[in-house]
Amino acid sequence: MTTVSQSLFRQALLAPDRAAPDGLRDSDGHPAGARFDVYRNNVVVSLVEALHAGFPVLAKLLGKENMDGMARMFVRVHPPSSSLMMFYGEALPDFIASLPQLSHLGYLPDIARLELALRHAYHAADASPVASESLASLSPEDLLATRLTFAPSVRLVRSPWPIYDIWRYNTRAGAPKPTPTAQDVLVTRAEFDPLPALLPPGGHAWVQALLQDHSIGKALDFAQQDAADFDMTGPLTLLLTGNAITSLKDKD
Amino acid sequence: MSNTAKTLAVAGAVAAALAATTNTASAQAKEKCYGVALAGQNDCAAGPGTTCAGTSTVDYQGNAWTLVDAGTCEDMDLPAMADGTPREGSLEALTRDLPA
Repeated sequence: MTTVSQSLFRQALLAPDRAAPDGLRDSDGHPAGARFDVYRNNVVVSLVEALHAGFPVLAKLLGKENMDGMARMFVRVHPPSSSLMMFYGEALPDFIASLPQLSHLGYLPDIARLELALRHAYHAADASPVASESLASLSPEDLLATRLTFAPSVRLVRSPWPIYDIWRYNTRAGAPKPTPTAQDVLVTRAEFDPLPALLPPGGHAWVQALLQDHSIGKALDFAQQDAADFDMTGPLTLLLTGNAITSLKDKD
Repeated sequence: MSNTAKTLAVAGAVAAALAATTNTASAQAKEKCYGVALAGQNDCAAGPGTTCAGTSTVDYQGNAWTLVDAGTCEDMDLPAMADGTPREGSLEALTRDLPA
């Protein structure tokens, strides 16, 4: 009895123009050509559906037909590397950026990155937020030296495109139309649903520095290099309402 | 920015951020409440191996939860069980009303 190697099976699975692998038999001992075709089709269709589900705004922007076509190409080049479908599509933003057919829609890769960030935040481990009184009780000098630890759901997405406005316009009824501008987004998950929020100029540098374990004072220096008039009130409010800060650390 | 100005800016920002947070926190509080959702209307986690919304198969399924306003879970009015035992919502998964 001939057997089929896993790599032959896999190659044929993702190449619709290939014949079913030799030696694949159905229960009656006949070549399993038609059955293999059904299976092959189901694999690709289900992965395309998974991408539709994982990137709803991208799918909406592209329209069903284009999303289907792009997803079918992607699935064959980047089949899942893990059985955890909840993380499938990690390579999609770069894949979109590499497609000349979509190069006129430069914001698409960053929209896909934002949707990935939201999905990762959704599946990140739970964490208990720090009591806000512990921030209030610190002297201004201690505040400057304090470093923060963050909930695993916190994500940052930086873009030269108005990704927050595009995301909102396509998910919230009555949201204003996007206007051309660069937007950085902070994703937090206060309870069970991740929420993207728009960061002011300098906000990305500030949160990024804090995530890299710099003190609040040092992070402020980074932020002010980006935006001289940076005010941390807005971003700090986002972190607190998003239950993003899990503990405060002293100098050492 | 001088160090004094920086200190003042940080203290002001923290005070303002804390004030803004206190106003919104109470309005948003929700908790997971087990055993109160009608069949198919749970938010998530019905049965081993599934983590999907809308998969509970019986009313008030004990291991399926739904999000409710914090503090209301255990006081919810639910019909008594067939044998007359009262039903109550719970913050922990329950062993009653499991699908056969």
